[in-house]
Amino acid sequence: MREFLSSIRTRLRRAGRGGDSDDTDVTTAGRVATDGGTAAGGAAGAAKSGGFLDRLDERVGEDFTESAVFWLPPFLLMGLFVYGAIAWNFVISLTDYQGFVGPDYSDLDFEMYVRAANDAGVIEATINTFLLVVSFTAIALAFGLVLAILVDRDIRFENTFRTIYLLPMSLSFVVTAQFWLWMYNYNNGVVNILLGAVGIGPINWIGNSQIVLWAVVFALVWQFSGYTMVVYLAGLRAIPNEHYEAARVDGASTLKMYWRVIIPQLKGSTISAAIVLMVFALKAFDFLYSLVSGYRPPNGTDILATKMVREAYSVNNWAYASAIAIILFLMALSIIGPYLYYQYSKGEL
Amino acid sequence: MSDAQSTDSEQSGALAGVREDLAGLDGYRVALYATVLGLTAFYLTPIESGLVTAFKTNPEGVSSTLPFAPPPGEFFTLEKWQTAISALGRGMVNSALYAVPATIISALLGSFAAYGLTQADWKARYKAPILALFVAAIFIPYQAVLVPLSQFWGTVPLAEVLAPVWAVGVPRAYTGVVELIITHVAYGIPICMVLFRGYYTTVSEEMIEAARLDGATFARVYRRIVFPISTPMFAVVLIYQFTQIWNDLLFALILVSTESSPAAPVVLILAGLGESQEGQDFALRMAGAFVAALPTLIVYILFGDEFAEGVAT
Repeated sequence: MREFLSSIRTRLRRAGRGGDSDDTDVTTAGRVATDGGTAAGGAAGAAKSGGFLDRLDERVGEDFTESAVFWLPPFLLMGLFVYGAIAWNFVISLTDYQGFVGPDYSDLDFEMYVRAANDAGVIEATINTFLLVVSFTAIALAFGLVLAILVDRDIRFENTFRTIYLLPMSLSFVVTAQFWLWMYNYNNGVVNILLGAVGIGPINWIGNSQIVLWAVVFALVWQFSGYTMVVYLAGLRAIPNEHYEAARVDGASTLKMYWRVIIPQLKGSTISAAIVLMVFALKAFDFLYSLVSGYRPPNGTDILATKMVREAYSVNNWAYASAIAIILFLMALSIIGPYLYYQYSKGEL
Repeated sequence: MSDAQSTDSEQSGALAGVREDLAGLDGYRVALYATVLGLTAFYLTPIESGLVTAFKTNPEGVSSTLPFAPPPGEFFTLEKWQTAISALGRGMVNSALYAVPATIISALLGSFAAYGLTQADWKARYKAPILALFVAAIFIPYQAVLVPLSQFWGTVPLAEVLAPVWAVGVPRAYTGVVELIITHVAYGIPICMVLFRGYYTTVSEEMIEAARLDGATFARVYRRIVFPISTPMFAVVLIYQFTQIWNDLLFALILVSTESSPAAPVVLILAGLGESQEGQDFALRMAGAFVAALPTLIVYILFGDEFAEGVAT
């Protein structure tokens, strides 16, 4: 690969000179330089009048071309599949593509977006998506914080408890959906048996469209609060002991110490955990699909992710599905954008 | 790993500690341990209930026992496990066929990208947008790319390219497996890159500088220095990626499409398991859930610390 690149560079240099008489010299200089690594800077200087890559070297540094072999192929593969696909998806959303005949790219308009704005199903799915993302993220953050504080309070068998709390995170959405379908079973599920013991229920958790979304949120909190705990635990352990001691000396109660001194310092952990949780919530498709073994999730849990897949793969409304996908993407972007800016301003990018 | 080795001594110490604790127990410690144990029950109940249910002949009929109680003798059966294993066995092999190569390739490419972007000294202002594209790609909902992905794999003549492979006797349905490998690699690269980058920024620059001054090329430094010292991070990334790829349903559903395909991954078969006209066979569903979860459970139990590190970063 390196040899290949250096031969391209040499060729470009030659092209830049229009076939001067000292061709061979430049070639050798190029070879020696690239093989010698550190001598390369000198060679680049020697070929000042040269081609595009020399000018690129001057602008971005010799290391750019050297390191490109490493980062450019993965970057291009990822870029094409992620950003290329999103761009293509946007173009498809402007067509009328449906059924089995391929998209017609000659007639582009925003018709599908107008249709989505007037579709009660899309509006319901958008509201459900919003409710799911916000409530799941908030509850999982709060729950994980409590777990982290408890585990951090010098308890015995800390490792064992931590392992148990994080365990559901290693399971597939499909697997956890099986467990919770049984937990929520009307007659024999653990949830209704326990509630029955205190005189409540039984409640039809999955069948009642008013409450099923909260049942799903609860199950997802079970699966991911261990993740929040791990993030907060890392954050808590990074806070110097003096901060705890200082709060003690000032006579703060434990509760006050956490609320006033410790939790504010966990801002970075909260932001990074919240971003990941929101994205998990946007991906909850797998869980909802598994609850019913099909594209139509339980009534009251249709989110944009499930609506999009159903429109595309169940009824072949490809262009419409693409438009819904773009709406979902914009929701994700409104989360990621500020996060990236935050990371950038912290100098992490 | 190191955790497993240290537990023995830790536990005997902890047991002595528990005795001490019991001697001087105050209200605060009692409440703390009660909460921690209550939470343990909360996290284990769905799993425990699923496990005992998988051994019951007819969980809906066994209303005399609680859902988390082990089955009484006359309701105990291993039949559901046998059915689950025979239904999911093929799926387990299929999942391994794409999860293992996709995990290894995405980890390697992620490591290359992270090395290329951390250890190269080209101008920082060009790097930030590239890094931003990598980081943002982690958070893209897969729905935003599904339709083009279907179009793309519908256009690529993979079946013809793979004709020599089919000639060896591999069913044509396995194009889906190849598509899954490439797709999971492409979407796995960003997170792998970010994980490795976090690690490489902590690697001492002096060692690499010294090697560079000695005339080692950029590639040689990777092969001789950076790759060998990356092994702990490779463990983290491989575990994280394997869990993600094994557990993912959406790409499997879109690219393989039917659970009756000979190439169907285990999660796809599991999603439809125990579903019938008469209702749902919960015992079979539970047994299936445990069979499908087995590889990631084993990985989690053996490498819990690496797993935690992977998700927390």
